[in-house]
Amino acid sequence: MSTQANGNGSNGNGNKPIVEAVSADSEVGSAVSGRIAPPPGQLKKADFVSDQEVRWCPGCGDYAILNNVQKVMPELGIPREKIVFVSGIGCSSRFPYYMNTYGFHSIHGRAPAVATGIKCANPDLSVWVITGDGDALSIGGNHFIHAIRRNLDINYILFNNRIYGLTKGQYSPTSEFGKKTKSTPSGTIDYPINPLSLAIASESTFVARSIDIDVKHLGVMVDAAAKHKGISFIEVYQNCNIFNDHAFDYFADRSVRSDKVLYLEHGKPMIFGKEKNMGIRMKGAHPEVVTIGENGITENDLLVHDIYLQDPSVAFMLARMEQPDFPQPVGIFRAVERPTYEAMLVDQIDASIAKSGPGSLEQLLNSGETWVVE
Amino acid sequence: MSTVIEPPITPVEKLHEEVETVTIRFAGDSGDGMQLTGTQFTNTSAVVGNDISTLPDFPAEIRAPAGSLPGVSGFQLNFSSQEIKTPGDQPNVLVAMNPAALKVNLADLEEGGTLIVNTDGFTPENLKYANYASNPLEDNSLAGYRVHKLPISTLNMNALKGNVELSRKEIDRSKNFFALGVLYWLYDRPMETTLSWIHAKFAKSPELAKANEIALKTGYNFADTTEVFTTHYTVKKAKIAPGKYRKMTGNEATALGFIAASQLSGRPLFYGSYPITPASDILHELSRHKSFGVKTFQAEDEIAAVCAAIGASFAGQIGLTGTSGPGVALKQEAIGLAVMTELPLIIVNVQRGGPSTGLPTKTEQADLFQAVWGRNGECPAIVVAPATPADCFHMAIEATRLAFKYMSPVFYLSDGYLANGAEPWAIPSIDSLPKIDVKFATDPATFMPYSRDEETLARPFALPGTPGLEHRIGGIEKQHISGNVNYDPENHHLMVKLRQEKIDRAANEIPLVEVMGEKTGKVLVLGWGSTYGSISSAVEKMQREGKSVSSAHLRHLNPFPRNLGEVLAGFETVIIPEMNLGQLCTMIRAKYLVDAVPFSKVKGRPFQIREIVRKVEEYL
Repeated sequence: MSTQANGNGSNGNGNKPIVEAVSADSEVGSAVSGRIAPPPGQLKKADFVSDQEVRWCPGCGDYAILNNVQKVMPELGIPREKIVFVSGIGCSSRFPYYMNTYGFHSIHGRAPAVATGIKCANPDLSVWVITGDGDALSIGGNHFIHAIRRNLDINYILFNNRIYGLTKGQYSPTSEFGKKTKSTPSGTIDYPINPLSLAIASESTFVARSIDIDVKHLGVMVDAAAKHKGISFIEVYQNCNIFNDHAFDYFADRSVRSDKVLYLEHGKPMIFGKEKNMGIRMKGAHPEVVTIGENGITENDLLVHDIYLQDPSVAFMLARMEQPDFPQPVGIFRAVERPTYEAMLVDQIDASIAKSGPGSLEQLLNSGETWVVE
Repeated sequence: MSTVIEPPITPVEKLHEEVETVTIRFAGDSGDGMQLTGTQFTNTSAVVGNDISTLPDFPAEIRAPAGSLPGVSGFQLNFSSQEIKTPGDQPNVLVAMNPAALKVNLADLEEGGTLIVNTDGFTPENLKYANYASNPLEDNSLAGYRVHKLPISTLNMNALKGNVELSRKEIDRSKNFFALGVLYWLYDRPMETTLSWIHAKFAKSPELAKANEIALKTGYNFADTTEVFTTHYTVKKAKIAPGKYRKMTGNEATALGFIAASQLSGRPLFYGSYPITPASDILHELSRHKSFGVKTFQAEDEIAAVCAAIGASFAGQIGLTGTSGPGVALKQEAIGLAVMTELPLIIVNVQRGGPSTGLPTKTEQADLFQAVWGRNGECPAIVVAPATPADCFHMAIEATRLAFKYMSPVFYLSDGYLANGAEPWAIPSIDSLPKIDVKFATDPATFMPYSRDEETLARPFALPGTPGLEHRIGGIEKQHISGNVNYDPENHHLMVKLRQEKIDRAANEIPLVEVMGEKTGKVLVLGWGSTYGSISSAVEKMQREGKSVSSAHLRHLNPFPRNLGEVLAGFETVIIPEMNLGQLCTMIRAKYLVDAVPFSKVKGRPFQIREIVRKVEEYL
């Protein structure tokens, strides 16, 4: 080591060479898979489970989501090395450590921006953003809007638990108005934001919602999101059993769910209820809840769900429906096609090369007004 | 107006005089096209073989109220038959298109200097705007200068009216070309370069092309025939090293340098940026070069710009972000992430006057501390700084090389003066450029995300898409070698030291700092960044006078070149001129325990040669 001279050596390591310290310490495990995964057709859920101990609180809704995503992965037909999970900060953002794929646990709110760079640099990768309500909608609100409007082919899963868990229980931008938390002992005076409304307003080409404990439905949503070409945004209602337990019980609990949740299905009339006799129809410009069989109402009167509508108005209307006046809708709200950002980025480069050939540095340096000095 | 000058019928015999160096400043309203006029004069002077150096000086407001003091836009140009390194201490010639331009710039004009004014701009209203109680053209206050009063707007209008199908307002906009024509005659410049520029620029608006052409030629012929000018001047070709040259501004050179770095490393370039003065031209320039595979991303904000660059870097491209000081302030958390994840990343900071919004269009060097120490935690990064507009090209390649070699963020500190200033650039041969070696991990049997190269301490670089190397990185402290999340106190202490040591080791292969002049003596003038031109010009001048003074210029600021301590020890006094309150000076004092003398100028303007001479003389 020669950097000790002249007041150098700011490592504070005295005269002990750091390389020795490096090689002396080799009994550590690995953050790497360390082996090549089987081809996509033969991948199993276990291939996506990393060796890291999962450190969420026992009973956290995050486990169900992780389990589901790991289960869906082998079905996508994507080689494991081509998958990247990117996250910000918060409980949910530990997610990438538990996936045996490439992963990047970035900084608070910025996962969509990091993911944008990854996807632009290598459009061949399957890129997933895992975020929470504070990460996506508070500190990262700006990136949320812009990553969505650019329509990169990124899968964007927001775990909405309506609370700040990792900082131990402050209200979040999705907490219900008046909520009493550590930082709001007299109740919040912030009106909450609706993630789906914002995603639709940001022109998201795929918008869906699911519930952590509705395992089967969540799996279907994750699968559909993965297959959508363009940004796919999923809000997952996720229970924080430490700081906001039972937050979604009022509609998501098994005992009431069929009466209080509307499962949206493309091409089908909007029907819900234990008896499958409740529905949504339009009354003028507004939706209303009706009972099939009452006042001569039949299935034909109900709104039929169409996820392919270019006009986002109905999707937006559905996103605004909530308990207690309406059932809480889950499912795919919208799935429309639009060229992706990264495809257009590559197209512009290809077009430029097609027009003038691949760039020549020699030519570039010699361009503009030049003169020769003899 | 006291006199309206009409061209005489018979041309008068004009004198021809040779001069070595001329400094001209063009000044007018920000809408008067002074930047364009200055740039055209520069291009022509470069093409005829003069050495050149320029300093554009424009307001932050795109169009401040016409005639107002804040709306004055200036462009200073130094051209010479000798080697020059600065845009000149004092203009010899000032072209003032209105009273505000005169008011703002007159103090800089040399005593007895030439003043060319557009008398049409000196309306009672404009005089009032510029806070003139009486008309300086009539109250004898300009007696110390050679004043040429030209009704430029009127002459231009007369020449064009009826000859082009344009409104009076549109015709008036070409008056800067009339002024340029006058100056072309005065300094014996050919018009071809500008004429071909006009025709290329206005190819789609032939009437505008015609108007500008007529304005230019009429200005030239007017100067040739009028009795106002008795002499015109020749500045001969400079003795410049043989080779092919082009004019380069720092921002252009920066953009081309990173494209070159991409070609030399074989890694595509990704540029994430948010528009900000004075860095936006880098974004503009890079976005034009898609055929090199350059991907430019205009982000929603500064943070997204750097984060996307980090993402691109993680995926194996050259992750580059560019901004100015306020943007760096926003990016710092993310730069810390790149330090922690040990990814290559380059942050271009085209420094401007601060703090906060500060002086957006003026130059400053006050972001050195921000680059070296501006993040939370022990968070070392490599810092480099180009010394001249043309050097921006080479330092872009150097920054990229260091980023990959040390898997580290590298700050690249340019400034407003380098960014917009121009000088001739000897076009290098491609073979003379250094290759940039980038190695990627591929072997699942041996890959550990935080194992280290024995020589550099860099960790291996494994790209997403490589089978068997799936791994996770992030901002939480990493376990040494494995890269797992780790909170162990001993591990943290070790990792903090390793990250620092890695940066320190970069000193092993950065070039030694060179002393210009004797290696020992009374005074060493030490500089960094854009002060190079003024410092080296001042020191060379004093050396010619036999004075015991040398200079040294740092292009690597963290780590410092490993011979720096030895160099400093050779002198009785070390003077450090900086456009800040002594940031490098503080670092030098702290690290080498040398009683270095700070020499500060924080006025949004570069040092003049004579300012440095005067300071050095105090210590001889």
